Parts: sequence; structure tokens; C-alpha cells
Amino acid sequence: MTAASATETVETVFRIESARIIAGVTRIVRDVGIAEELAQDALVAALEQWPESGVPDKPGAWLMATAKHRAIDLVRRKETYARKLAEVGRTLEDVPPPEPADATDPDGIDDDLLRLIFTACHPVLSTQARIALALKLLGGLTTEEIARAFLTSEATVAQRIVRAKRTLAKAGVPFEVPYGADRAARLSSVLEVIYLVFNEGYSATVGDDLVRPALCEDALRLVRILAGLMPREPEVHGLAALLEFQASRIAARTGPDGEPVLLADQNRSRWNRMLIRRGIEALERAGHGPYSVQAAIAACHAQAVRYEDTDWATIAALYGRLMTLTPSPVVELNRAVAVSMSEGPAAGLKLVDALADEPALRAYHLLPSVRGDLLERLGRGEEARREFERAASLTRNARERKLLLERASRSAK
Amino acid sequence: MPRFLTLIRIDEQNVPAEGPSPELMERMGALLEEITKAGVMLDTAGLAPTSEGTRVTWSGGKLSYTDGPFTESKEVIGGYSIVQAKDKAEALEWTKRFLQTHEDYWTITAEVREIAEA
Repeated sequence: MTAASATETVETVFRIESARIIAGVTRIVRDVGIAEELAQDALVAALEQWPESGVPDKPGAWLMATAKHRAIDLVRRKETYARKLAEVGRTLEDVPPPEPADATDPDGIDDDLLRLIFTACHPVLSTQARIALALKLLGGLTTEEIARAFLTSEATVAQRIVRAKRTLAKAGVPFEVPYGADRAARLSSVLEVIYLVFNEGYSATVGDDLVRPALCEDALRLVRILAGLMPREPEVHGLAALLEFQASRIAARTGPDGEPVLLADQNRSRWNRMLIRRGIEALERAGHGPYSVQAAIAACHAQAVRYEDTDWATIAALYGRLMTLTPSPVVELNRAVAVSMSEGPAAGLKLVDALADEPALRAYHLLPSVRGDLLERLGRGEEARREFERAASLTRNARERKLLLERASRSAK
Repeated sequence: MPRFLTLIRIDEQNVPAEGPSPELMERMGALLEEITKAGVMLDTAGLAPTSEGTRVTWSGGKLSYTDGPFTESKEVIGGYSIVQAKDKAEALEWTKRFLQTHEDYWTITAEVREIAEA
């Protein structure tokens, strides 16, 4: 092989192992911030020692052991300090010793990495904080990479992460995998974070690029990890299936100049068959929750060899089911599109018009965009043009705006 | 995160007669589980011996078929994996771990190639 330098090996191994090391150390020190610092210390130690001593046989285990030793030292020093203070009559919070795995968990899930995932995505944190922390601690992204992905400054991201870690410590968030009724609520918070990370990559809300595949892949990796750790949670497989299907289309979603290509126009031979197959496998283990239903919809698209083969009636029915699970104007809008494809544009337009006064959709560019499409199909070109222009004025994505303005000028003819 | 295809090349004439040891199978099973759980492994499999394979060649506007075993080849592809890794260094690290599960008497070559994305 290209003999990688010891430094390069350290960095690669650390990237692969960092989430697990942070998780293992958090179990000892009970603070993700301190755990992250100790993991970094272990990295520095490796960078100093490996070029001299050579790379150890099991580099991941070496890093983990080094970080854990430092964690235990730290806890001991604090305990000694606490004892000394107690001797002079002062009180100090005890550092709780590492607890054994929760024996009451019916699934018996005993995994530090899973604990870290639940901690980093704890609802006590704002959505943005959860996303930043998950990418940093679980995805192994640097502050700079996160800032670049979300087009914010590095300082903002760094501050967000610092504050998130402080919030977790202050709230005394336990380092645990919740069980029972609590698990469902907490798990949906974890899934939401992964879904949001994926979506930010899949349809960038701001900026010039339509897709940032790196974020999609970070999210995919996270959901695959989660599926491996929680094989008995159907919604995890549902989300995994959904993301595999969506990711299978990434290459076909943009043209040579980065312009968006609509589903109908996509070259389906560019869809990634392996990801579709993985999606179908995950779907077999999925359940009946909202992500699972969305995955079933995505599967309908994935399995249509040509656009004309799409089973719109099934898709419309699935959107109907999604409406009962997570009613929202956006879901209803999607249902309207599916209905227009199976029953004709007039039927779809009726559903879309019922959404016209929906406050949540007032600034949503897809409402006028869908309406424009339906009007165009009904031969009402002038009305369609106005809708496409309105949609163009509402989107914040430059690529999308260009496409919408092109459609506007086409429907005017 | 690019994808990498790793082709495992073996010398069919020189594989240990008794095949992989139970210990090797166990270590490999554990490693494959680890790679899969890390969200890295997309697909992997071993291939049946070349005695069961056929080469189909298109040359000079004609098809020709050659049934295995492909004895003239020093090395044949014995298996493959497709992983999704941050970069080549990460793909190589996993490949290294895969090779190291084998005992010292094995000779295997892993060829790691990035998949060109359309």
C-alpha cells in the first residue's frame, strides 16, 4: 500500500474511532465536553508516540485505553480533592462512579455509542445545537466543516457547540439509552436530527449548490450506525430506508451545470441500484410510522423503471396515510400532486386550492410551483406563468430560482 | 463520502488446502459486523471458485467464451467489498484490518479503487 505516514494513520484511525472513544470516556466522566477533550488528548499522545514507536497492532484500542486512563485519573484527582475539601468541612458535589448498564432496559441495549447518540440529540438542546453536536461528536466533523456545510461562521458553530455541552452538563442529562415510553419520544428527537442533516444536504435551503452530498452521506452513515445498534426499532429502519432511496437519486438530481433535474426528467439509469436495494432491504424491517410511510413512497418511485410507470394511486394513498400520522399542509400538497397524477390535474388543483390560505405555506415556493404545474397541464398558460414567477420570488436557492423562471417563460408561450 | 471497491485477489493454486480456519471465520465475522455497524460497509461477498466461472470476450466483432478454472492467471478475484469512506486513507485502514484477520500463512492482495461517481 502507499505506506501512510504514522501521522496520517493516527488521524485516520482517530476519525474512525473518535465517536466510540468519546462515548466510552463519557461513561466515566459523565460529561461529553470533558470526554471530547480527553479523546483529543489521546490523539495528541498518539501523534507524539506513534512516529517513534510505530503504529500499535490495534490502534483503535490503544486510543481508547489511553483516553480512558486519563479519564480515570481525572475522576480520581477530583475525588481526592473532594475528600480534602470534606476534611476541612466543606461540601462538594460527588463525582458519581461509573454505573453499570441499566438492567431494567427490556432490550438490554448496552452500548456507549448509543448513549452518546441519545445524549447529543437530547431535546433539552435546540434543534441547531443538536445538529451541530451530532455532526461534531458522532460524525467526526470539524467545526470548520460544519460551518461550511451550513454556511455560517466557524465562530458561530464553535459557540453553539460550547453552549450545547454546557447546557447538557447544567441540565444533568444522564448518559443513558432511555427505555419504555420515554424511548419513543427521545428516539424521534434522534431521528429528526439525522433527517434534518440529510435534508440540508439534499435540498440546500440557502446558497448556490442544490445538493451537498457530504452532508447526506454523514446522515446516511449515522442512520446506518443507529440501525445496527437498535435493530428492533422499526422507525429507525424506516428512516434508513428513506435516506437510502433518496440518496440513490442524488447523481441524477442535478445536471452537468449543477441545475436541478425534476423527478420526471431524471435519467433513471443514473440512480444507484445498490442504494435502492439497500433501501428495499431496510423497508422490509420498517414499521408503520411516518418515516416508514415516506420510505414506502420513495420505494414506489425507486421501483418505477420509467416515470410513466409510477404507481401514483398507491403514492396518493400513502400520502393519505401520512396525513393521518403527521398532518401538515406540505404533506397535503404532496398528496395533491400524487392525486393529480392518478386522477388528473383538475382533481389535484382542487386540493391545492384548498391550501391557498394556509399560513404555513404563505412563503413556501413549492405551493405556487405545484399550482403552476397543474395550471400548465390544464392549458391555463398565463395563470401558470404568474405562479412560476411567484415561486421564483419565494425560493432562496439560486439554482431553483433559475429553473422556475425558465418554466415561467415557457408557459407564457 | 466517496465509495471504494476493494477487490480481493488470491492465488487459487496456493490457498491453504483446508480453507479458512474457524478462528479466521470468527474474526472476520466480527470485523465485518464492526464495519457494517460503523455505517461504512455497503456490500461484500466472496466469489465461487473460477472453475465455476466463465469469461466472455468481445473481440474483432466476435464473442468467445472461456470456461474456468483460469489456471493461467496467477491471481484471481476471490471476493470484493464496497465501502463508503471519508477518503482513501479510511478505506485503506479498513482493508488493512481485513487483511490482518488472516493468519500469517495466507497471501492475499487487496486492490482498493475509488468508484468514479457519474
